[in-house]
Amino acid sequence: MEILSAHHVEKMYANHRALTDVSISIEEGSVFGLLGPNGAGKTTLLRIINQITAPDKGTVNFKGRPLRLSDVELIGYLPEERGLYKKMKVGEQALYLAQLKGLSRRDALRRLKTWFEKFEIQPWWDKKVMELSKGMQQKVQFICTVLHEPELLIFDEPFSGFDPINANILKEEILALKERGATLIFSTHNMASVEEVCDHIALINESKKILDGSIDKVRDQFKSNTFEVSFKGAIGDVSNALVGDFEILDHTEGKRFDSIRVKHLNGTSNNELLTRLTPNVEIVSFSEVIPSMNDIFIRAVEETRQK
Amino acid sequence: MQNKTWIVLQREYLTRVKKKSFIILTFLMPILFSSFIFIPILLDKIDTPEVNTIAVVDKSELFMNAFKETESLKYKYIDPVEFDEVKQKMKEKNFYALLMIPQNIYASNKAILYSDRQITMGTESTIRRQLENLMEKDKRAQLIKELKVPDLEQRLRNTNTSIKINSVKISEDGKAKKSSAGLASAIGGVTGFLIYIFLIMFGQMVMASIMEEKTNRIVEVIVSSVKPFQLLVGKIVGVALVGLTQIVMWVVLSVILLFVAKSYFLGGQIDAAQAQDLMAQSAGVDMAQVQQMGGEKAQEIFEIINGIDFVSIIGFFAFFFIGGYLLYSSFFGAIGAAVDAQEDAQQFMLPIMLPIIISFMMMMIVVKNPDGALAFWGSMIPFTSPIVMMARVPYGVPAWEMALSMSLLIASIIGAIWMASKIYRTGILMYGKKVSWKELFKWLRYKNY
Repeated sequence: MEILSAHHVEKMYANHRALTDVSISIEEGSVFGLLGPNGAGKTTLLRIINQITAPDKGTVNFKGRPLRLSDVELIGYLPEERGLYKKMKVGEQALYLAQLKGLSRRDALRRLKTWFEKFEIQPWWDKKVMELSKGMQQKVQFICTVLHEPELLIFDEPFSGFDPINANILKEEILALKERGATLIFSTHNMASVEEVCDHIALINESKKILDGSIDKVRDQFKSNTFEVSFKGAIGDVSNALVGDFEILDHTEGKRFDSIRVKHLNGTSNNELLTRLTPNVEIVSFSEVIPSMNDIFIRAVEETRQK
Repeated sequence: MQNKTWIVLQREYLTRVKKKSFIILTFLMPILFSSFIFIPILLDKIDTPEVNTIAVVDKSELFMNAFKETESLKYKYIDPVEFDEVKQKMKEKNFYALLMIPQNIYASNKAILYSDRQITMGTESTIRRQLENLMEKDKRAQLIKELKVPDLEQRLRNTNTSIKINSVKISEDGKAKKSSAGLASAIGGVTGFLIYIFLIMFGQMVMASIMEEKTNRIVEVIVSSVKPFQLLVGKIVGVALVGLTQIVMWVVLSVILLFVAKSYFLGGQIDAAQAQDLMAQSAGVDMAQVQQMGGEKAQEIFEIINGIDFVSIIGFFAFFFIGGYLLYSSFFGAIGAAVDAQEDAQQFMLPIMLPIIISFMMMMIVVKNPDGALAFWGSMIPFTSPIVMMARVPYGVPAWEMALSMSLLIASIIGAIWMASKIYRTGILMYGKKVSWKELFKWLRYKNY
């Protein structure tokens, strides 16, 4: 079942177009990656979903009906530009933000206690925010985002500003939220993190959606029919054996064996490739080259640029 | 959702009221204010007047024992033969000064006051006045004797006239009330000044608070839970309540302090009559005359105070205070949302500070001339009316003018809030961009919630 969908959303600012006819659909319980270079329009789309700004055209549905103002209490949003009141005490501030999300003071206090214990940050309660380091502030912000146990969580560049250890803690917490049934939207240009956690991605470039689908499908779509073969033997024999039907993209010499990347040219099968090689060299390993999300990202963006 | 405006309002109010600077200012001002009133009285109390003795050598022999002694001046008549000795040893003989009245005083109109120190103006003028009075009386008595008209002295005394002018204001319901131009201008000036101070102080407070949220980058977190308009309204109203709290605290604390100080330091000794004596003395008025008029005068002051419509003054003050604040805090708020840093705010501040300062200057003139063209237009234009109108209120303003001024102000407030919320919505999420006036006008046309 889809929890959120946007249909033909458009947004214009004075001097530029932020979104052009963007539609997305997010399944309940999934992790959705919203990707794109800086300035592509990701944050604008997230702001529309959070009802911070309104689209010029198009609609957004939440749980199958148009988005309502009261839905903010079911959504948690950690924006890219995030901060806290510097002179306010940590505990007081967390209570304030929780109450704005519709929690009662008592509930908020109880839940905050649990979270503060979990992160072992109880001593911070009466400290002013300005006394905390940036990483510490990010932890507080994360707690404030998830405290009202929203069904839909939106993280805009969540890992920026975290050291590797804290980034890992954060990642585990986010995955734990998914286990509990929450739906997640990640907006980022950090592709490595996307591969690990996302089920589904949409790529936005220059205000337009240029790619959309499950991670596996997107990968299939960008597969280049390339294979990596490691072997013991002479490279000259290999190139003689493959000439005509295959293209050797590159060749790396190793201490114990060499590797090449090969592309099928005339729709030949993998077995054909192996049959040609086995008489000449000893094969150590054979595998398909799967494009990384980073490659896909760069290729997709470049392709649209050429158009 | 209304509930969220209330949560914002609470935070805005409580964080400010709990601030040290607020608490200090709230308590310091009444102390300062009451000490302005009490320290001079207290000093006067402590400073018991010195009694100076004046030696008098009267060569004319016309004024023997005729000088009246006052609280600070005593006279001792000495024989003219001792003149030189006293003149030499003034200090040892404990004389403050030596008055020498020459034999031909009627011809020369000159007397000499010797002293080994600088004689105060007050002492000199008291002695001069006494001498003049004595000579006048003497001359008149001589004249009466020469003219030989029966009962002339009594008849002359009957010509003494003292006139009092009471200004009476006819109010619209035809009732006559005693009024005082001095008191009215004082009330107008003070209330206008208070609004002026608060517009600047609390308008800038709204601006700083919005800028803080923007530069701290917390605003996007908050507007994902609250509508920007709710945040803006909660903030503006919260700060307004801080201002009202401060004013009420100032008034209440000042009154308490004045009472406490009065009973503690002075033991209630200074009553109205004594205060009058004090004033009369310093003004050099004849004491007897003042005492005679005392009862009447107190009655008159009481009537004037009664003649001032405090209820309407407080009512209009509250209206123009809140109205002016809403108008200007909208502008200040819009600036706070549009800029990224304090330095960028300067170019937008000037056009907003200017009308406030101009209205203050207009108010100073209007207080003296509450019915002129400047007063009329100043109290109609919404940018100046909150301050200028207060200068006119104590004198009484025609109902239609008041109604028009208030409606114009309300209409402008609605316009200003609409404009501010448009700029606010766009501005708070706009980072790292230098805004210009042209840009601001563009924002007004953006479609938003």
